[in-house]
Amino acid sequence: MTTQATEGGPVIRFNEVCKRFGEKVVLDGFSMELARGKTLSIMGPSGVGKSVTLKHAIGLLTADSGSVEVFGREISEVSTPELAEMRKRMGYVFQEGALINWLSVGENVALPLRENTDLEEDELRARVEERLRLVHIPDAWDLMPSEISGGMKKRVGIARALITDPELILYDEPNAGLDPEIARSINALIRELQEGLGVSSLVVEHRIDCIKTVSDEVLFLDGGKALVQAKPEEFFHSNHPRLARFFGKESA
Amino acid sequence: MAEATEIRAEEPAATSPPRDPAILTFLRSEGERIELLLRTLRRLGHTPSRSKLIYEQMFLSGIQTLHVVLLVGLFIGMIVSLQTGIELAKLGQQDQIGTIVAISMAREMGPFITGTILTATVGSAIAAELGTMSVSNELDALEVMSVDRLSLLVLPRLVGLALIAPLLTLVCDTVGIIGGAFVAQAQLNVGYEMYMTSAIDALRPTGFLFNLPKDLYAGLIKAVVFGGMIATVACNEGLKTTGGALGVGRSTRAAVRDSIIGIIVLNYFMTWFMYQA
Repeated sequence: MTTQATEGGPVIRFNEVCKRFGEKVVLDGFSMELARGKTLSIMGPSGVGKSVTLKHAIGLLTADSGSVEVFGREISEVSTPELAEMRKRMGYVFQEGALINWLSVGENVALPLRENTDLEEDELRARVEERLRLVHIPDAWDLMPSEISGGMKKRVGIARALITDPELILYDEPNAGLDPEIARSINALIRELQEGLGVSSLVVEHRIDCIKTVSDEVLFLDGGKALVQAKPEEFFHSNHPRLARFFGKESA
Repeated sequence: MAEATEIRAEEPAATSPPRDPAILTFLRSEGERIELLLRTLRRLGHTPSRSKLIYEQMFLSGIQTLHVVLLVGLFIGMIVSLQTGIELAKLGQQDQIGTIVAISMAREMGPFITGTILTATVGSAIAAELGTMSVSNELDALEVMSVDRLSLLVLPRLVGLALIAPLLTLVCDTVGIIGGAFVAQAQLNVGYEMYMTSAIDALRPTGFLFNLPKDLYAGLIKAVVFGGMIATVACNEGLKTTGGALGVGRSTRAAVRDSIIGIIVLNYFMTWFMYQA
């Protein structure tokens, strides 16, 4: 791994990435960078390729052309074992949680440790309990995914993503399907993790309140390209015509 | 994720690629299954650490199918006994009914019936379960956590089914022979003692492979192969599922259809190899 070599550089760098599914061009020369310890949110219309971007960053999809660098390594060039090692430094929070339905909440969170480490049961249990406390569900160990709400699933997903102490977390619509109160608590949690643990985050989200709370920078993705990338206060006051149309401010 | 799924779902309509000839599709599909089997067998060393999952798989498979195996095995033995008994009676050879039922059950009917029942109950469940995991991003979640999916999901099912299939086959053989005895006694006037003597004589020890009768161990070997094949086909179909609930239905159907075809084809070749080659 080349952690030292990339210590000061961006955690993620997309350079002229193109991706198409059949005839549909999703990413068309898309470029962006995520700086270490920062949170970048990606916004854009539905079906524009936001989740596809996340999947490229974690190696679930491969670019047709261009390069995707994570921790300074071109992700399409690393071997399968190297990719597995890189992923241990990353967390991924899925939109619906993607909890393993036959494992309890505690076992879901413990899974990456059980599979990839030789931790003693006591230590493993302590770490899982600490992560469950961190996401404010300390008593949820024995609950099954079918018994918990969407907001709780999201918290379990975050706890699972955090269990390996990742340097980078990718969030796929962390507020999707949540009521405003739970959404606010999830947003506060994401911010808390970034400030407390110094984790770099890439967030795909539609909701403005979430983006304003969690982001250091916001990127607007449309037509397969990054149209605007700016700090939240500049982004939401941008005069870019596409952004004005997206936010319904065109006539104003 | 919904976004990516939507895009993926549009793929076929957008591209409309020319369809491959059926033989190529068939070969590609069989190649995928063989590759999955070989990649999973390379993980056999993980068996001790997966013993709990393997035991659970065996227990669930056994519980799900035992009553069906008992019922179907009993009636299959009764049918074989009645059909052959009627014809043998014409030749005055009723005393051979036990032989024919025992050999039919041990060589063919036991493993075949057990394999078919396992396909319908366990194979379909595996394909649906893994298919649902695939469309709900649980498989992606395992991948991003660097969890070995073959070791966690496929190996326990493969080993579990390959171990439970011969046990269920033994049960099926036994109740089939017993069912045959009921019919022989009640409808063909062949006494239990005569029936059982001829049945036990037919399954003579061979002095080979734990001194098991050849017809019995041939059937048990078939059962192991069927169990492994059913698990491989079902896991492969489940793991490659796309397209939501419709895709899960498609995978389940393909797993059941292809497993039953596989049982019949493999049965012929194994019979040929074990009795004629």
